[in-house]
Amino acid sequence: MTDTVSSPAAAPKRRFQINDNWAPWMVGIGALVIWELACRIFAIKPFVLPAPTAIAASLWKWHEVIAVHAAQTLYTTLLGFLLAVVGGLALGVAVGYSRFLYKALYPILIGFNSVPKVAIVPILVIWFGIGTIPAVITAFLLSFFPIVVNVAAGLATVEPEMEDVLRSLGASRRDIFFKVGLPRSMPYFFASLKIAITLALVGSVISETIASNSGIGYLMLNASARFDVPLVFAGLFVVAVLGVLIYAVFAMFETRFTGWATRAQAIRFEGGG
Amino acid sequence: MALAEPAAPSTAGPPQDHFVSIRDVDLVYGRGETGMQALGGASIEVQKGGFAAVVGPSGCGKSSLMKLVTGLLPPTKGTISVAGKIVDGPVNVAGMAFQNPTLLPWRSTLQNIMLPLEVVEPHRRKLRRNRKDYEAQAHDLLAAVGLTGFADRAPWQLSGGMQQRASLCRALIHQPELLMLDEPFGALDAFTREELWSVLQKLWMERRFTVILVTHDLREAVYLADTIHVMSARPGRIVASRKVPLAYPRTLEDTFKPEFVDIVHELRHHISRERQAVS
Repeated sequence: MTDTVSSPAAAPKRRFQINDNWAPWMVGIGALVIWELACRIFAIKPFVLPAPTAIAASLWKWHEVIAVHAAQTLYTTLLGFLLAVVGGLALGVAVGYSRFLYKALYPILIGFNSVPKVAIVPILVIWFGIGTIPAVITAFLLSFFPIVVNVAAGLATVEPEMEDVLRSLGASRRDIFFKVGLPRSMPYFFASLKIAITLALVGSVISETIASNSGIGYLMLNASARFDVPLVFAGLFVVAVLGVLIYAVFAMFETRFTGWATRAQAIRFEGGG
Repeated sequence: MALAEPAAPSTAGPPQDHFVSIRDVDLVYGRGETGMQALGGASIEVQKGGFAAVVGPSGCGKSSLMKLVTGLLPPTKGTISVAGKIVDGPVNVAGMAFQNPTLLPWRSTLQNIMLPLEVVEPHRRKLRRNRKDYEAQAHDLLAAVGLTGFADRAPWQLSGGMQQRASLCRALIHQPELLMLDEPFGALDAFTREELWSVLQKLWMERRFTVILVTHDLREAVYLADTIHVMSARPGRIVASRKVPLAYPRTLEDTFKPEFVDIVHELRHHISRERQAVS
């Protein structure tokens, strides 16, 4: 019909249309198929690289154990993340609000952030023993920095003209903070949550791998010690799924609460004037 | 012809009745050797209900003037008084609009316009009880600038010109006696800009607030103002003040008349001399 008119070169070939929402699934499934075939054709030993079917079998076989450990990981991740949201929001607001605190704290925060958090876990173990507490703290330490930086950035980028307008009307700094600064920093805050939650998961798993007797990290370490490589991969798969799921939840929050920040890029209403 | 009878600027009142008076003001940013002098001995008087325009080469400290008059910055030397009082802090009789409309994207157009009422006394205390009345005022203003029916739109749904109209409404909602405009139409296309000149002129003629307009556009200054002040290059001071003896309301037709064009030429001459003084 119209293809013959619009693009004669492409007209003879009738390609079937693929909705690009399916693209990631197709790539993922394709990769798994190639992986499976490679394992079978080259007869790769399962303790080197288990085939996807072997991983799936292990996942099914151990699903009860995995569920317990996944719940533990999710628990420490969310608890650490929650602390990071509270602490990060408070510190971000303080740093963004007060020039003095910004000067005083920012270099220290940056210095602190450049310390690899894995190196802190042994210290946490000395203080708190192994298990839940170091995992929660590691999750907190990894995830709170992006929240602080983003909230502070949102507060610091209030247009000076907007401040002038309000100050000339006799607005206090508090007024400007609540009417302009805080709402303005919300998109930054929600964007940082997506980054922070995945970092919290990384923190939890790191800590569990080093010092814990429960959680997915511990499960994987334990499995690899027994050369149960399919179970190691099953653990990896579970971590990946957890990461994607919690990311999706916070991406949803972001569009729900600060849609105005992304809608601004949508087509403008063109009217006279 | 507009000039048949030399129309006195329709700002009535005794000449000493200055609503805004800037006397011999210096403004230095920073201190000591590194200090940068933005203004040096600037003096401007604006009558109540008058429309003053300030033009000058770029970087001559025109915008500093805005901050001084609204009390956001203290002058280094000299005095500024607004409405008979020496300015020593934010004056809440002023409304401001800038080249950037700075509407808050999370508020609807109406809520944006109402923002000053949430801040400035005495409206702040009365807002909750009299919200309906205030909203009616906001709708009136929207109608006056031609934005009827756009109250509930988000700012991003408005074109640049419409956002600037909304910004004007926001500057006027608390019925300020003084309107400070810093190149309010600078970022708009020529047609929209000319349309907004007439919107602003109409509002001013109806409400008779005092206006200080800072602009680069000489035609804009001559179209709108009753008095035009030309500033020198930094450190800024006033090198010429020119009354515009054209009757209000002025129309776009007037901008092609010889007397209009003559004034524009005269101003351009002043400014190019100031620019040469720098280079």
